[in-house]
Amino acid sequence: MSRAEPTAKTATTAKTATTATAAETATTGQAGPTGTAPAATAPGGTGGVGAARTLWTLGLLRSELVTTFRRWRTLALLAVLAAVPVLVGVAVRIETGGGGGPHGGGGGEGPAFIAQITNNGLFLVFTALAATLPVFLPLAVGVVAGDTIAGEASAGTLRYLLVAPAGRTRLLLTKYATVTAFCLAATFVVAVSALVVGALLFPLGDLTTISGTRIGFGEGLARALLIALVVAASLLGLAALGLFVSTLTNSGVAAMATTVGLVITAQILDQIPQLHAIQPYLFPHYWLSFADLMREPVYWDGLVKNLELQALYAAVFGSAAWARFTTKDITA
Amino acid sequence: MAPYESDDSRSAEEAEERHSARRKAARYVVPVAVVGVAAATIGLVPALADSGDPDLPKITAQQLVQKIAESDVQQLSGTVKITTDLGLPDLGGLESGLASGAAGNGSGSSADPSAKLTELASGTHTLRVAADGPDRQKVSLIESAAEYSLIHDGKDVWGYDSKSDEVYHGTADQDGKAGKDGKGGEKGRAEVPATPRDFAEEALKAADDTTSVTVDGTAQVAGRDAYKLVVKPKHASGTTVGVISIAVDAETGMPLKFTLTPASGGAAVVDVGFTQVGFAKPAASTFDFTPPKGAKITEDKDAAAREHASAAPHEGVAPGVGLLGGGDGAKVVGKGWNSIATFDTGEKGGVPSSTGKGDMGGFLGSLGDQVSGGFGKGTVFSTRLINALITDDGKVYVGAVTKDALVKAADAGK
Repeated sequence: MSRAEPTAKTATTAKTATTATAAETATTGQAGPTGTAPAATAPGGTGGVGAARTLWTLGLLRSELVTTFRRWRTLALLAVLAAVPVLVGVAVRIETGGGGGPHGGGGGEGPAFIAQITNNGLFLVFTALAATLPVFLPLAVGVVAGDTIAGEASAGTLRYLLVAPAGRTRLLLTKYATVTAFCLAATFVVAVSALVVGALLFPLGDLTTISGTRIGFGEGLARALLIALVVAASLLGLAALGLFVSTLTNSGVAAMATTVGLVITAQILDQIPQLHAIQPYLFPHYWLSFADLMREPVYWDGLVKNLELQALYAAVFGSAAWARFTTKDITA
Repeated sequence: MAPYESDDSRSAEEAEERHSARRKAARYVVPVAVVGVAAATIGLVPALADSGDPDLPKITAQQLVQKIAESDVQQLSGTVKITTDLGLPDLGGLESGLASGAAGNGSGSSADPSAKLTELASGTHTLRVAADGPDRQKVSLIESAAEYSLIHDGKDVWGYDSKSDEVYHGTADQDGKAGKDGKGGEKGRAEVPATPRDFAEEALKAADDTTSVTVDGTAQVAGRDAYKLVVKPKHASGTTVGVISIAVDAETGMPLKFTLTPASGGAAVVDVGFTQVGFAKPAASTFDFTPPKGAKITEDKDAAAREHASAAPHEGVAPGVGLLGGGDGAKVVGKGWNSIATFDTGEKGGVPSSTGKGDMGGFLGSLGDQVSGGFGKGTVFSTRLINALITDDGKVYVGAVTKDALVKAADAGK
C-alpha cells in the first residue's frame, strides 16, 4: 500500500514500533485535543515550529483528502450516490410521462416531496436527499469513517504516519476533518446530481413550500443549499462514531461493518414505539428534520435538536476516539 | 551487581507501566464527562427555565371568564401542541381509511379538511396557527417532512396537503354554513377546533349552575404570564369529565392552554396549549395561496355531504360538552354536564350488536360492550371521555357521561 505521505515514509522506512512509541510519548505530553504542544517536546526542532506544524498539518490534511478521494472505493460510493437521483427522476418521469394524472397511487407513499417533483425539478433535490439519508449516505460515511484508523492499521501504514512529529491527536483530527469533507462531498454529489436531473427532466421555477406559500426560484436554490449543509451536518455524529469504532480494531472491514451495523440498529430502534423514551437520543432520530427548512416560516425546533444531537455525538465519540487512540499500542 | 540492576530497572518499568495505565484510564474521563455534562444540561435546563409561577394581581373567576369573553385578539401567530388520548382503540391506518370512507367523497382527496381532522383525534400533533382579523386565518398540521395547511383568505378556503400535493378548495360562505356551532362564519375554520381558545369557549358554554369555576393561581405558558381557570362539574356523578383547566393570558385574556382530565383519572384526554405565541401581525404572504402547478384540486361541490361527514369526527375531537347537542334532529336529555344527545337512526336492527350485519358490523360490534336493560338490548362504545349507546332498535345516545347514565337515559326514553 503506497501512502501519499512522503515525509513519514522517506524518513523512517526502516524504523519500527519503538519509533511510534516515541512519537506517542511526545503526543501524550500534549495538553488536549487542540494539540497545542509546547515547542520543546517536538522532536522536529525549536525555531518556527508553530508555522511548520500548521504547514505540516495542512499537508497531512491535503494528502489525506487526496488519498481518500482517489480511492476507487470512494469514487464508487460517490457514483452510487449520484445515481440515486437519476433513478428517482427517471422513475417519476416515466410514471407521469403521458401527462396523465400524476397522483396515481394516492398520496403519502415514497420518500418525502416525491409528489411535487413533476411540478418543479428543484424538489428532486429534496426527494433525493430524503431518499439517500436513511441508507446510502450513512453507508458511505460509515465505510469512509470506519476505514480511517483501522484501515491504516490493517494495511500496516499506521505506524509510518505516527512517526511524523505531529502525533496522534493531530492525525485523529485530520482524519475526522477528512471524513467531514467526505460528508459534505457525498451530500453535494447527491444534491448536484439531483439538480441537474431535475432541471433536465422537469420544469423549474417558483416553488410552493410545504406550508403552501410561494417562494422564488432563487430562494428555493438557497434553501436547497442550506438543506444540503444540514444533511451533511446530520452525518457528523455518525462520522465520529465511525472514527471511534475505527480506533477499537485493527481490521478495516470489521470497523466498516460495525459502523454500518450501528446505523441500521439505531434506525431499527428508532422505529420501535415501545422505545420512545430513548429515541430522541438516537443519532438518526432527527435526520428528516431537514425538511422543516421547506416550511414557511421555517420550523426550527427539530433542526436545532438535530444539530445539538450531532454535536453531542461528535463530542462524546470524538473524545472517546481520542482517549482510545492516544493510549493504544500501535503494532501495525 | 548486575541482577540487582536489572531488578531496579524492572521495578522502575513496572511503576512506569502502572503510571501510564492510570494516565490511559484518565483519558476516558473526557468522553464520560461530556456525557455527564450533556445529561445534566438535559435534566437541569428545563428546571432552571421554569422560573416559577408569575405574580399577578388577584382576579375572581367571574372577572376572568369576562376577560376571556372580551378578549379580542385579532392577530396572532404561534405553535400549538395538541395531545389527545380518548382511549380509542388503535386502528392505525384503518382509522383514516374509515374516515375517508365516511366522508362519502368519491374522490377522497387527502386535502379535505374532514379527512385530516380525524388525525387529531389521537396522539400528539403540532399545529401552527396564524390569524389576521376575521378574514384571514391559517392552520397548519406539521407532519414528518410534510404539512397540511388550511388557509382562509377572504372568501376562499384552501386546504393543501403537501405530502400528496393535493389541494382542496371551498368558499368561506359555504364554510360558514357548515360551521354549525356558530364559529364557522366568524372564524372560517370551524372544522378544526385547534387552538386552546376554541376548546375553552366550548367548555365555558357549558358552564352553568352545575359547574364550579375557580381561579387556581397562575402559570407560565409559552413564556407568557397566565391565570389558571379551573372548571369542574358540580355534584355531577354521571359525567366522565373530571377537571378542565384553562390557562388564560393575563394581558390579552386569550386562553393559552386547555387541559381536560377525565373523572376516571389518568392522563388528560385533551391537552392543547401554545408552545410559542406572538401577537404581532403575521406576514401577508402567510395567507396567500396559489395552487402549485400540476396539483390535483378538489372543489368543494357537495357542501352538505361534507357537513354531515365532518360532524362525526367533530364530536370525537371536541371536549364533547357543547357540541353534542348539535346533531341533526338530535334531542338533548338531561342538562349541564349530564346532558345526553339522542337521535334515531331509523334503522331498526341496523346497528351491529351480536347479530352483526356483514364484516363491518361484526367488527364494530366487537369494539363495543353488549348491554341490556329496560330499553332492550344495545351496544356501548366507550372512550375515556365520550360514551355512546346504540340500541338494537336504532336509537343512539351519546354523551360525556358514564355507561350507567346512558342506560338510564335509554330506559327513560323508552
